[in-house]
Amino acid sequence: MSGSKEKDKFDNKTVQWINDRLPIFSMMNNEYGKFQTPKNFNYFWNFGAIAMIMLMIMIITGVFMAMNYVPSTTEAFASIQHTTREVNYGWLLRYMHMNGASFFFIAVYIHLFRGLYYGSYKKPRELVWIFGVVLLLLMMATAFLGYTLPWSQMSGWGATVITSLFSAIPLVGGGIVTWLWGGFSVGQPTLNRFYAFHFLLPFIICAVVFIHVWALHVSGSNNPAGVEPKSDKDTVPFHPYYTAKDSFGTVVFMTIYFAVVFFAPLLLANPDHFKPFNHLQTPPEIVPEWYFLPFYAMLRSFTVGIKIFGHTLITAKQQGVAAMFGSILILFFVPWLDKSPVKSARYRPVFKWALRLLVLNMVMLTYAGGLPAIGKALVMGRIGAAYYYFFFLVLLPYLGKREKTLPLPESISADFTARHGHGCCATVKKALVPFTLGLGLALAPHAAHAADTPPLPNLHWPEQGIFGHYDKAALQRGFQVYKEVCSNCHSMKYVYYRNLEAIGYTKEQIKALAASYQITDGPDENGQMYQRPGKPTDHLKSPFPNPETARAALNGALPPDMSNLVNAREGGPNYVYAILTGYVPAPKDFHVMAGHMYNEYFPGHQIAMPQPLVAGQVQFQDGTPNTLDNEARSVAEFLDWASNPHMEQRKRLGIKVILFMLVFAGVLLATKRKVWSDVT
Amino acid sequence: MDPAVKKGATRRDFLYLTAGAMGAVGAGCAAWPLIDSMNPAADTLAAGSTEVDISKVEVGSALTAVWRGSPLFIRHRTPAEIKSVRDMDWKSLRDPQPDEARTLKAEWIIIKGVCTHLGCIPLGQKPGDPRGEFNGWFCPCHGSQYDVSGRIRKGPAPLNMFVPPYKFVSDTVVHVGSGHDFPNPGF
Ligand code: FES
Repeated sequence: MSGSKEKDKFDNKTVQWINDRLPIFSMMNNEYGKFQTPKNFNYFWNFGAIAMIMLMIMIITGVFMAMNYVPSTTEAFASIQHTTREVNYGWLLRYMHMNGASFFFIAVYIHLFRGLYYGSYKKPRELVWIFGVVLLLLMMATAFLGYTLPWSQMSGWGATVITSLFSAIPLVGGGIVTWLWGGFSVGQPTLNRFYAFHFLLPFIICAVVFIHVWALHVSGSNNPAGVEPKSDKDTVPFHPYYTAKDSFGTVVFMTIYFAVVFFAPLLLANPDHFKPFNHLQTPPEIVPEWYFLPFYAMLRSFTVGIKIFGHTLITAKQQGVAAMFGSILILFFVPWLDKSPVKSARYRPVFKWALRLLVLNMVMLTYAGGLPAIGKALVMGRIGAAYYYFFFLVLLPYLGKREKTLPLPESISADFTARHGHGCCATVKKALVPFTLGLGLALAPHAAHAADTPPLPNLHWPEQGIFGHYDKAALQRGFQVYKEVCSNCHSMKYVYYRNLEAIGYTKEQIKALAASYQITDGPDENGQMYQRPGKPTDHLKSPFPNPETARAALNGALPPDMSNLVNAREGGPNYVYAILTGYVPAPKDFHVMAGHMYNEYFPGHQIAMPQPLVAGQVQFQDGTPNTLDNEARSVAEFLDWASNPHMEQRKRLGIKVILFMLVFAGVLLATKRKVWSDVT
Repeated sequence: MDPAVKKGATRRDFLYLTAGAMGAVGAGCAAWPLIDSMNPAADTLAAGSTEVDISKVEVGSALTAVWRGSPLFIRHRTPAEIKSVRDMDWKSLRDPQPDEARTLKAEWIIIKGVCTHLGCIPLGQKPGDPRGEFNGWFCPCHGSQYDVSGRIRKGPAPLNMFVPPYKFVSDTVVHVGSGHDFPNPGF
């Protein structure tokens, strides 16, 4: 990118040789070594670099996920299970990728807030901002596409709802939706193309990131004071000053990310994401990932069409869709909506509060978006959408003209001296509160359970906590309950006999156990199917050869596969325990349908499964008293293990990783301090 | 300027423009096969019709069949339900249609069970499902409510649920996918 003809000199001969032919080292030197950067950045300025690192993590983990993924409506769900359970470190790839998306959005949302707060979109950085919004859109599209790939209930229905947004377009809308699907509903063609685009878009994102950064390097960075550099005293070279600071910030951010990946990987995941897609049944509540909730809340908050002379001019659906897409598109115009000559909110007393209110507003919308679409969620959605548009369309232009701003510091170095040693971190700390709050609130509705059931019992599980591990004796008892009771109706097709070694059975015991089942195999050389004794490499034998047989035998009901059950239910093992112990006589005025039982904890109370466990049903081999409580507890723990077989390995590795990251962060902090010690 | 030179310049401009335009048209045409390849394939289009046996659907209950990858709601309506959707001022509805224009026989309502808001499957087919205020169907996604004619009555959906073309082959068998074409304004 340097146009100068004089050759840069390097000490290393190889570097020199390469640079004479391809001046890549000159470019790095100019763009980072010499690139002058305001010296008063606070930690908000870390998040661009952090977002870039997250992008790299997503691409790398994504490519390795792709090596195990099968984009087929019948195989996709199983291939993700296979990745998580069988592939070496597959669980790590998946949890890093899943949670990586969330942390990528956290970084980008903070980065975006930084831009708004300090006026980084203003002249001469309009294009930097615009390409930033393009990146946001691309990221949202990529995240949505990726969410559909596991082909879970959330995947399929999320895909249906989001693609159907386009049906709001007058006349051609229906055709566009069919075109997007490649059929009359979300199906195989949809999955294939979504996979192709999910793989393609990140590389387009990389290209746009390049443009975004290029434009930034032309105009130079903004800074918290919002005044442009006037002399050399105002700036420091990007390297080593900001490479040191960014590295420190990145490692701190990654530590938090890893804490979630290793200790709470399903914190942000919806249980319906662990049930395979059923295209004939929508789950009772569908919600997008937390980072889309505010926009989703706006989408849902319109329920009345606009009528003129009895003709519906704009339907409620069109209003909702317009409000949702508009909320992002409006960001493109921010540089022209806000004409204030002062950049930084620090010197704009009213704007500052209006913007903070906008952040709170987004938190409220996030919360509302996660609630069922009735009553207070709709009211909050409407208020939230109203303030959002009021802020951008009215407040920004108005304040830009009328606001009485505070006097600006005369230069960056004056600002730096005035604030040196304090202030910078305080800003970030203050800002972190709403973001954490937002995340917490976004999760709150998930934790809420159906209103008509009592709260789940909160039992103590030995596998809980950072140091918790499974109780092998309980797992074996649980397996016994599964084998003698549950397995009469429920399959566990992702668990193999050989996996039972992890819960303490010997190879010989497993061989004998597997051999005690007859498995259908074939066809043999005569084209016949035949029966053979099971092998340790078979999955636990399913009670029915296919769902149709199960339905026919069980009065229309289809017992879910249990391999993943604990992850697929809100409340996990507590839920399993609650259902197993929740069979009580129905209240007098409650009408229970034929073929159903009353269960306190089941949503709607009518459960098709007859009471599976009673006290004394299973004779435990280890002599544990066979109370209902013991039976239910041990099978719930067994199912937790079946859903999360790598939990112990995950936590053990997690502790090492976190310790490493903390020490790394310490070293980087010391480095950063040392580098900065000569800046005054 | 020398007219000959000028003439040459005009011709050059003309050629530039023509070449540029042809390039653009060519690129546009080349894009079409790519775009059209994403539309439903021939086999998807061919899987069009299905026959459903409705003899076992008792009055007041429902059956869900599959048509073109979507659920097909078939409901055997009670006299009270028929009355509720016929004796009313349908002209004031959001998507005004009389029940008569959506059914062949008053007892049977047959619709594509896809919410016209954003494509979820409404509840109300199974006993015990919520059916909303109008005793028809209730969409769990964003709360749209339909009456026993599948007409939108409340919530964000803009249109009545789609009535597919069908005909009664006999009293107990319907053929869905061709037959009587219903007006489905808005689709
Ligand atoms: S999809 Fe039915 S209400 Fe939104």
